[in-house]
Amino acid sequence: MESLTNRSKVTGNKKMSFLEWIYLPAVVKGLYITIKHLFRKKATISYPEEKREFSPVYRGLHVLKRDDAGRERCTACGLCAVACPAEAITMVAAERKPGEEHLYREEKYAKVYEINMLRCIFCGDCEEACPEEAIFLTNRLVPSEYQRNDLIYCKDILLEPLDDAKRIDVSQRQTPAVKEFKKNKLLFHNK
Amino acid sequence: MVFLFYLLTAIMLISALMVVFSRYPINSVIYLIICFLMVAGHYILLNAQFLAVVHIIVYTGAVMVLFLFVLMLLNLNAKIDTHRSVLIRIAAVVSGGLLFLVLVAALKGSLTAPLSGKFDSSIGLVKNLGMVLYKDFMLPFEMSSVLFLSAMVGALMLSKRQ
Amino acid sequence: MEANDLIFKIILLFLVFIITLLVAMYSTYAERKVAAFIQDRIGPNRAGTFGLLQPLADGVKMFMKEDIIPLHANKALFVMGPSIAMTTACLTGVIIPWGGELNIGGKIYSLQITDLNIGVLYIFAMVAIGVYGIMLGGWASNNKYALLGSVRAASQMISYELAMALAITALILKTGTLSLRDIVAQQQGWHWNIFYQPLGFLIFLVCAFAETNRAPFDMPECESELIGGYHTEYSSMRLGFYLFAEYINMFISSAVLATLYFGGYHMPFISHLGLSANTVVMLGTLFFFIKIFLLIFFFMWVRWTIPRFRYDQLMKLGWKGLLPLAFINIFITGLVMILL
Ligand code: SF4
Ligand code: SF4
Repeated sequence: MESLTNRSKVTGNKKMSFLEWIYLPAVVKGLYITIKHLFRKKATISYPEEKREFSPVYRGLHVLKRDDAGRERCTACGLCAVACPAEAITMVAAERKPGEEHLYREEKYAKVYEINMLRCIFCGDCEEACPEEAIFLTNRLVPSEYQRNDLIYCKDILLEPLDDAKRIDVSQRQTPAVKEFKKNKLLFHNK
Repeated sequence: MVFLFYLLTAIMLISALMVVFSRYPINSVIYLIICFLMVAGHYILLNAQFLAVVHIIVYTGAVMVLFLFVLMLLNLNAKIDTHRSVLIRIAAVVSGGLLFLVLVAALKGSLTAPLSGKFDSSIGLVKNLGMVLYKDFMLPFEMSSVLFLSAMVGALMLSKRQ
Repeated sequence: MEANDLIFKIILLFLVFIITLLVAMYSTYAERKVAAFIQDRIGPNRAGTFGLLQPLADGVKMFMKEDIIPLHANKALFVMGPSIAMTTACLTGVIIPWGGELNIGGKIYSLQITDLNIGVLYIFAMVAIGVYGIMLGGWASNNKYALLGSVRAASQMISYELAMALAITALILKTGTLSLRDIVAQQQGWHWNIFYQPLGFLIFLVCAFAETNRAPFDMPECESELIGGYHTEYSSMRLGFYLFAEYINMFISSAVLATLYFGGYHMPFISHLGLSANTVVMLGTLFFFIKIFLLIFFFMWVRWTIPRFRYDQLMKLGWKGLLPLAFINIFITGLVMILL
């Protein structure tokens, strides 16, 4: 058979030479290799203290964005839930009451918004589908839990905090084309 | 010392009896091991360290391990049935009794004869033992080694034939 | 024996016991660190600085685990197994000469608990009894993997004991004594036995690996075929005892190797430094331990380098490789002894 790479080795019960037969040279060679590794730089990253640098487009824990005035962007249109291949998203819509304009951007909003992190495959389709730029995947990790229920994330975890300092910046995740598009203030989307 | 002697002897006798009386072969083997260890203890009391250690290595360490080995593989976990025919029982009693008689007869002479000289506490040490084995008893010693060699060759031959 | 001597011996006994346990404890830690470093990781580093408290954490964990005795196990033997393994492992430390002779107030104290004139054989006796711990434990578990593991362990140990004994026979031919203290005394300066008995050393080393059930000869517990080998059914501290016994065995066999082949507590050139006799003795003990630790490291280094043997290869190596080699070694040693 023709080999795909040139790294393959022909094996078989070929007669061993004396040096091979006593194994010791091979053993010493192996010992030399392992002792070299003893002094190598270690590959470990001590996780909670040190963090590995993530790619800016890493797809981790979702965030429900607020706009600059701190209003929730999500309008409970349900497009993300439809787009989700894993059917991880559920939501309950509600109508905005007068006097709540500072809380919700549109007149409809998601009263309940849940993502089941056990089902989610972090494909990012929800982010693609959202017309409101309300949901983004971030480079935060989803920790493990002891209970399945604890992995159904509600708005209290998903929603971006109001506090300016704790805002989650997703501008890194946007391609230059998107940024260019956003400059066009005439579009409703970017208002 | 005397107390130790009696302690060792008591344990040895009890375990030796248990070898015969216990129902599970594995337990018999373990009691035999204990018995052998006690014998080694007796050797040490006589200051025969070499004999004691060799006794442990050969009997406890090798022979009994082989016994245990066979028993393990035979799976004699279940109680073996004790129903034997009467004839076999009588035969066993008779042959055992005969052996006992022979032993008593053999020991009778040695017990009545006076102990020759004082007890030499260094008799069991390697050096003296080597002197005795390789000077006074050279021929029998070498003969026995030839015997072992022939036993080994015989075993090899038997296994090779298959 | 005077009261002074007796007290000294008892203190020494306790010291040796505690040091043995401590070294075994930290060997588990060292093993994990060495494994990690060889595999480009950093190993345990959470319990204490550099993970130095890890052995304690492991010990606590072992004690807290549920102790299970299988329903159809032979209870007495099941309990006996680990204890035998542990006891015999500890007992060998008694005859190792840990150092020279201290001179305190005109009295001589030897840093060896007892100097049997058959010291070398005593080691074999303890190894021979140690087999029972594994055999009985494995059989009593009433589990086929455990049984297979223990049968393997027993046959492996018996097979390699032979080659080991023959390798030592050649050494004894050269030294002319069975006492470990005398053997060490002969190796003053650079007269280490490894230079006179290189082949014997190699055989002994390989056999030591096999006797301690260390990789590449860890057939009795080889995880990929036998789950856990002879300790498959063990849990909690009984399992801990078995694992611990393995590390004690490693420590003791390193000590024996250092004693027999690496000059024991002798340090070359120390006599030229002009130190007081007692300092030399203390330094000698230190040096002895350094040798032991290097050997333990070697044990680990090999474990994380060489893959496990197949069982028939193991037997072939023992009976057809090492045994004839040991005979040849004896023959050559004898010839050289006669000719020189
Ligand atoms: S990332 Fe994919 S799987 Fe996860 S919620 Fe969004 S669409 Fe569903
Ligand atoms: S996150 Fe976006 S797509 Fe999903 S419901 Fe809200 S607005 Fe619609």
